[in-house]
Amino acid sequence: MVDILYFAWVRERIGLPRERVETQAETVSALVAELSAREERYALAFADLQGLRVALDQELSDFAAPLAGVREVAFFPPMTGG
Amino acid sequence: MRVSVQETAFDPGAEVTAFTAGATGAGAVVSFTGLVRDQGGTLQAMQIEHYPGMTERAIRTHAENAMVRFSLTDCTVVHRHGLLRPGEAIMMVATAAPHRADAFAAAEFLMDYLKSRAPFWKKEIGADGALWVAAKDSDEASLNRW
Repeated sequence: MVDILYFAWVRERIGLPRERVETQAETVSALVAELSAREERYALAFADLQGLRVALDQELSDFAAPLAGVREVAFFPPMTGG
Repeated sequence: MRVSVQETAFDPGAEVTAFTAGATGAGAVVSFTGLVRDQGGTLQAMQIEHYPGMTERAIRTHAENAMVRFSLTDCTVVHRHGLLRPGEAIMMVATAAPHRADAFAAAEFLMDYLKSRAPFWKKEIGADGALWVAAKDSDEASLNRW
């Protein structure tokens, strides 16, 4: 089980801030493919991975990263703090 | 070192006064305060979303890096989230160091990292609707100088 969090327009496009998902995906990319295959709103949110960032257990990571042992995955657009 | 991610407004002057009073051993204090621009009167409000937990961790990591890299005696980062009005302070950094060059550089370093490595997202709310602010290529380029 992994907790998936969505922020900013990713959250709005998917329509929820977080969910718990049962997955066997070995990498972030594989998880994205699983989610995108579910429903169109996911496919739309994940259409352009260049425009997305991912954090694993609250550390910035990348889409090729393995998911083994990860409890929290977050997807969001490039950050705009400051 | 103090990191505060908060919804409530803060008084930049009071923050700097308190920070300076505690800056023993420093010869220089630099502060920067970021405000919500009114965009010629078209902006009604700015909504700032963040990632609770990761935000504090990411800022703390960058602040710790700044402490070491610029030999700071202290630093403070305050960043708000939630709904802000034009003219309100969004965030501030304050740095204290033995000499001014390090205090200035550390403040810029922290600002560059906060812009594109701390998980905040700004949404501008105007009369015609709301739009997420897009990250700029120049923000990413600013990180490369460090």
